[in-house]
Formats: sequence, structure tokens, C-alpha cells
Amino acid sequence: MTKHKTVKCLVWDLDNTLWDGVLLEGDDVKPFPHALATLKALDERGILHSVASRNDPEAALAKLREFGLEDYFLYPQIGWQAKSMSLKAIASDINIGVDALAFVDDQPFEREEVAFALPDVLCIDATEVATMLDMPEFTPRFVTEDSRRRRQMYRADQHRKVVEADFEGAQEAFLESLRMRFTIKEATQEDLQRAEELTLRTNQLNTTGYTYSYRELEAVLASDRHLLLTAALEDRYGPYGTIGLALVEKADTSWTIKLLLMSCRVMSRGVGTILISHIKRLARDRGVRLLGEFVPTGRNRQMLITYKFNRFSEVERRGELAVFEADLTTIPPDPRYVHVVTPLRSSNQ
Amino acid sequence: METVKAKVREFLRGYIADHDFADDEDIFASGYANSLFVMQLIYMVEREFGVTVADDDLEFANFQSIDAVAAFITSKTATPVGA
Repeated sequence: MTKHKTVKCLVWDLDNTLWDGVLLEGDDVKPFPHALATLKALDERGILHSVASRNDPEAALAKLREFGLEDYFLYPQIGWQAKSMSLKAIASDINIGVDALAFVDDQPFEREEVAFALPDVLCIDATEVATMLDMPEFTPRFVTEDSRRRRQMYRADQHRKVVEADFEGAQEAFLESLRMRFTIKEATQEDLQRAEELTLRTNQLNTTGYTYSYRELEAVLASDRHLLLTAALEDRYGPYGTIGLALVEKADTSWTIKLLLMSCRVMSRGVGTILISHIKRLARDRGVRLLGEFVPTGRNRQMLITYKFNRFSEVERRGELAVFEADLTTIPPDPRYVHVVTPLRSSNQ
Repeated sequence: METVKAKVREFLRGYIADHDFADDEDIFASGYANSLFVMQLIYMVEREFGVTVADDDLEFANFQSIDAVAAFITSKTATPVGA
């Protein structure tokens, strides 16, 4: 892996960082033009934004609204708590690691407090806001359709969470109310940038942690010994985008799932099983065994559980690598709360 | 044993409202259960009964039915839970 990880979310201080002046001292604050330029350019690149500010929440949010900036910031933390606490809350609400955050503030004290409590956060002086766009940490290799829409998709998530928290009744009924539509298809050229992005960005719901470059994926696409599947989800609140990927290596008598991953944003939607069942049916129809590789990465225990509870059992172990084989005799029906669209099934590939 | 079963049944109801599971019914056979459900079931077992579910315990057989979960918890606890 590269030494510098790409930042997923930039957390802004407000006074003298995003805007010129100190709001509570009565200054007529105005956003710095260079800060606005950076904010919008990073948003275009699919990097999210949030706020950690010691301020009066209502006054500060009213200012952001006045400047037309409120929609840019997910889960803003405005209050009197330590900024390291605010950053932790933001990472947890977005469901990303703290190490995927960057923090910009004009005050050395605040940067040091965050750097001390959360050493994995990239801390940046406000004087660097103008040049930040050139930093490798803020330069994803690709900007895909999904990255450009990322902020909207996270805002929809924020809305879904509120609805879910207020929902009374069984969880299945909530999932049903979302009217989800899950589409599994064979990847095409246009999907490859997003596919590479997913292998790089997805740590938790990833069976092996293998990363594949655009070129490698291109070769996979051209090969008839491989099957590359993408999965996309949408619901009544809008699209989640392409959130799942499976790479299957096809030998004569067995297929091997080399990589299976799902975006953390759909962790609570129960769609991983649907993708697995789909691959199982393809293998069963072809009359081949279905194997799945698993490599523990320290963060992906959920995928071990996913394999085990989707009727995979261990058949081989080589060091860290475990190979599971699927029981293809019983494949459970897909949950009725999701409408599954699989153009592949009809062409029987 | 009965307390364990009651807890598991209560958990299932929070998840799937319109189906009452028999003690020996396969929870996974019907497409009711998904990976999220499994995670929550495991957390519930760890939290409610103070047992640690190790990687080796992540076997289908330990969680397949209400009976299976109860037997698993009993096997993990020195003194049986409940009566």
C-alpha cells in the first residue's frame, strides 16, 4: 500500500480557518475565498467535509446556512468539547476510521490536542488551506461518478439514520420500508475505476484485502477465466451507488472467490448474502465447486462470519489464508425486503 | 436453559415480527437471516450471557436454531444459565 492514505473526510475549524474573524467576538465573518475554493474542489473529488468548532451551535450553523455552505458539512460538531472528541464522533457517524480524517485549524493548541489524542489524524495548519489541493493525501487516483456523488449519498444516509432511529417495530419492517433495489451485474470498462476505488477504500467488509489496480482489473475483464461482478443499491432515499464487488476465478471444476467486498455504508442492509447467493447459483448451474478465500486483516472479522454463516466451511489453510467451500445444496431464498435485479441470470453466464 | 431460549426468542422477534420460531427450527433456512442479523445475534450472545464467541465457535451449528444457541451458551458457561 502507499504510505499516505487518501483522506476521506476533512474536518474544518471555523473561526479564522474557514472564515475570516471570530464569530462570537462579533466580527462580521466572511468565508476566505481560498477556503471556499478548496472546499468545493475537494467535494468534487469525493472527499467529505465536516466541522469541529468551539462555537455557539445555532449561531455558527446559521452563518453556514447564510453562506450556502450548510449542505457541504456532514455531522458538524459545534460546541465546547475537545476537538479530538468531535473528530471521533464524526468518524463514528460517517462509519470510517479515524485514520481517514484530516483536520485543519489555525490554532496550534487545537492541532496538538488532536494530534496527541488521535495520532492517525492528519493535522494541517490553516495557512496551508490554499495549497492543500496539491497534497497527495487529497488526490485520489480517480474521481468516479460515485465519488462525485459521495456527499449527496452520505447526506441521504444521514437522513436514513434519523428515520431508522425513529422507526418502531421489527428491523425487517424497517428494511422493507426502504424499498431497496439491489442490482448485480458483470463489470464493464466503465466500472473499473470505481472497482479499483472500492478495493482501496474498503477495509472492514473485505474478505481478503487484496487490492487490484485498474490495469489488473482490465486484464480480469478481458479474461474468460474470471468473473467480475459489481453490486449497486438504491432505496426510496436515493442511490448508494456501486457498493459491492466480487472477483471470481474460474477453473474447470471449481470457482474461487478471490475478493468479496461491500461498502461499510451498507453494513446494516443485509445485502452481502444476496451477492453470495447469486454467485452460488451461478456455480451450481455451471456444476462447479465454489471456494472462497479469506485472509484476516485485523478488521474484517465480519467477513469471516459472513462466509461461515452462508454455509461455507474451511477446506484448506495456508498460513494466514483460509479457503472455504460453499455448500451448494441449500441456497436460501433472497430476503423479501429487497428487490433483486440480476441481468446475468437470464443470459445464464 | 429456558431463560436463554426466552432471550433468543425475544431477540428474534425484534428482528422478524411476523414469525414465531420453534425451538428446533432452522433460523437460516427461510431467508430471514442475513449477515447483519448474524452479527447482532453474536453480539447479543456475548453481551447478555458474558461468553466470548471465538473464531472457532463461529459455526453454523452453534447458531442454527434456538436450541442450538441455548446448547452453545450452556457449553460455554461453567454453571448452566437458568434452571
